[in-house]
Amino acid sequence: MKNNIPLFKRIRENRLFWPLVALALIFIFNAIFSPGFFKLGILDGHLFGNLVDVFNNAAPLMLISLGMTLVIATGGVDLSVGAVIAISAGMGAVLINPVFGNEQITNAVAADPTLTNTPLWLVVVVTLAAGTLCGLWNGMLVSRGKISPMVATLILMVAGRGIAQLIERGQIMTVYYTPYFWFGNGFILGLPVSIYIVAIVYVLAWVLVRKTSIGLFIESVGLNSKSTYYSGISEKNIKLFAYTFCGFCGAVAGLILGSYIHAIDANNIGLNYELDAIFAVVIGGTLMSGGRFSLLASVVGALIIWTFTITMYIFGVPANALLAGRAVLVLVVILLYSDYARLLLNRIVERKGPRHDSTN
Amino acid sequence: MADSQNILSMTGITKSFPGVVALENVDFTLKRGEVHALIGENGAGKSTLIKVLTGVEHPDKGTIELDGKFVQVRSPQHSQEIGISTVYQEINLCTNISVAENIMLGFEPYNFGGIDWKKMNALASEAMKRLDVDIDVTQSLGNFSVAIQQMVAIVRSLEVASPKILILDEPTSSLDVNETAQLFGVIRKLKGEGIGIVFITHFLDQVYEITDQITVLRNGKLVGTYNTSSLPRVELIGKMLGRSLTELDEVSKAKQKSEQKKDKEILVEAKGLGLTGSIEPIDFELHVSEVVGLAGLLGSGRTEIANLIFGIDTPDKGSLTIRGKKISHFSPLASLENGIALCPEDRKAEGIVGDLTIRENIILALQARYGWFKFIGTQQQYEIAEKYIKLLGIATPSPDQLVKNLSGGNQQKVILARWLATDPQVLILDEPTRGIDVGAKAEIQKLVLQLAEDGKSIIFISSELEEVLRTSHRIVVMRDHKKAAEYSGDVDDHTIIQTMAGII
Repeated sequence: MKNNIPLFKRIRENRLFWPLVALALIFIFNAIFSPGFFKLGILDGHLFGNLVDVFNNAAPLMLISLGMTLVIATGGVDLSVGAVIAISAGMGAVLINPVFGNEQITNAVAADPTLTNTPLWLVVVVTLAAGTLCGLWNGMLVSRGKISPMVATLILMVAGRGIAQLIERGQIMTVYYTPYFWFGNGFILGLPVSIYIVAIVYVLAWVLVRKTSIGLFIESVGLNSKSTYYSGISEKNIKLFAYTFCGFCGAVAGLILGSYIHAIDANNIGLNYELDAIFAVVIGGTLMSGGRFSLLASVVGALIIWTFTITMYIFGVPANALLAGRAVLVLVVILLYSDYARLLLNRIVERKGPRHDSTN
Repeated sequence: MADSQNILSMTGITKSFPGVVALENVDFTLKRGEVHALIGENGAGKSTLIKVLTGVEHPDKGTIELDGKFVQVRSPQHSQEIGISTVYQEINLCTNISVAENIMLGFEPYNFGGIDWKKMNALASEAMKRLDVDIDVTQSLGNFSVAIQQMVAIVRSLEVASPKILILDEPTSSLDVNETAQLFGVIRKLKGEGIGIVFITHFLDQVYEITDQITVLRNGKLVGTYNTSSLPRVELIGKMLGRSLTELDEVSKAKQKSEQKKDKEILVEAKGLGLTGSIEPIDFELHVSEVVGLAGLLGSGRTEIANLIFGIDTPDKGSLTIRGKKISHFSPLASLENGIALCPEDRKAEGIVGDLTIRENIILALQARYGWFKFIGTQQQYEIAEKYIKLLGIATPSPDQLVKNLSGGNQQKVILARWLATDPQVLILDEPTRGIDVGAKAEIQKLVLQLAEDGKSIIFISSELEEVLRTSHRIVVMRDHKKAAEYSGDVDDHTIIQTMAGII
């Protein structure tokens, strides 16, 4: 049966086909109009260039898209990831201060930027734990509280930034602690650390969903949660897992973002990440109603968003027009993904070849 | 002479899809004022023929002659314009607006730039009365029974275009006896007005009650068109299946065989089990290798018992004991671990996961039992799926087929396979043969008895009495959320009907 389908059609129906086509289109555009885009150089043993920038900038979004994919696949959505970034990054920043909550931190630490009272591992663990707890909270509201996902996560989306401000005592907290900067700015073998972090979380997520039954259960819950429940699967625990994992991804993204910026502004860090992540998942071909998903396609979706953004930077599009540019990207993608566009394309492609399905 | 009476003649209709010939050289004629049944098993080509007639599909070959003129039906809208109306099984109306609005939607009468509500309601009311249905058309449609909704759909199709042909696709599948009678009244009235009616159904009783002609399709080919009055039921079934009724005989033989092996050991015991507002306390026993039938009218509490035993609902009265172990925690997962399985009544909403493959659907419950981390490898998944595809005779080219693309009977088998893979002791089958054709029905009934013979205990719920009688060793009759009576398997249907009706 499988072999009856023509090769090109099989490729075309692969989940990765459309995201990769979109990415290739942006690359081709750059290749024509800004050949410097692909230039890579080595400075101080580190790779640099626009492509590296794309990866480095896209890392937090790629991470969140992983979590968001699972949440959307269960038929839900998580609007709170931006706030989760703020909370977890805020927790990290507070811990780095020599004295918890000391308001004179900046002066005290400025003297020696390699010292802090809190060991780095604890900073990392607490950052991750804070985000994961946020995810757990969302998951409890959705799975046990039976609150609709949009409303449930809206609570933390609104409250989360307030909590982050409380944690940071209402200040924009600057971080002076060089080992912490490594996550967002360091290099391993010439490549940014953030790329490795994304790779690790991706592999973790992939193993969790594809080497256990969790992935199948998530898809099943998203497609028909009642049938899934009738089959003896706890759809509540599956949802709880998805939201918790999404919170964890938000925490890792918070770690990278805080480390990259060297400062945590509770009102602005990770702003609009939830919307970008949802968009990345949609580009990756996962339906908002839930069901089949592809982690890799969502990651490519995140890359598309950032390649597009960096391309616009290169072309000197003013910052205030950037959002309009993104809106155009959203529009084009949604139109391309519509059933009608696919029908048109199928017709164009299939008209060329002879008909295989002759009678008898 | 006969030709002038023909309102529709389809000749030599052929339609093929990649890999299958759905219709091969099929002829179909419909006369004025005739109710014409279109009969065949699932996949016989009934729906393709209707799709060709309503312009959803275009035939590869063949002609359609409507009122003596050759036509090409371009689209569903076009078919309506030329006088072919269809009322589908799932009603395409809005339940939250009034009956009048539903009927007149898009054709509202206006005055002074606004909708003339008074006139609209009067027109709608008149239109309903034309079918002898007198209801308050200002009420929202959702307040009425499915039968009335069905009739509103018919009235709408009569109002929108005055059709020469009305196609009713499984109109009675969700109606009870009285509602069906009401609908039939309407059909007779329309027939009297000279409209040709194509009637598609699985219920053979209704075919004999209402139709004048029967056209039988099988595997995309025309078997023949017959006068209803001159075609005995047994012959009709034979023509649909293309074979004699030996299969049905085999069912009763299988029952006798499994009866000899009947065991006395009690497997499931319910004492005063009940749930306030759902079911009155009942006592119930199920022995090893036994098939117990649950009979009763719709809403008599059959499904509620199934849901209690399987743990969808948690009882607040009485106790449930399985193999001597008292059940304290009620959930599908707990039941799975106790060896209880349920094939639920609503196959689409509660049974299959349509967008997953057959393989994934089959391993779902087994994987649930294994938990999150003991993953069944792909290789093993294929082995399990292929084993049950072969064992239950699921008709599919590959285990990677999406379940939603299967016919009803095959979907039911997939759910059955899902549970058999977990090796349950008790199988609760809630309406396992609903909406599937005669051949597949007999197959499933036979399967049930075979499973009982293999040592499984089965609770068999069905609204088709004859089927309950044929498969069950013991029959529990439900009435008004209570157990009304219990009979051994050789009771006659008359007694059971009287018990169901509350006469005994």
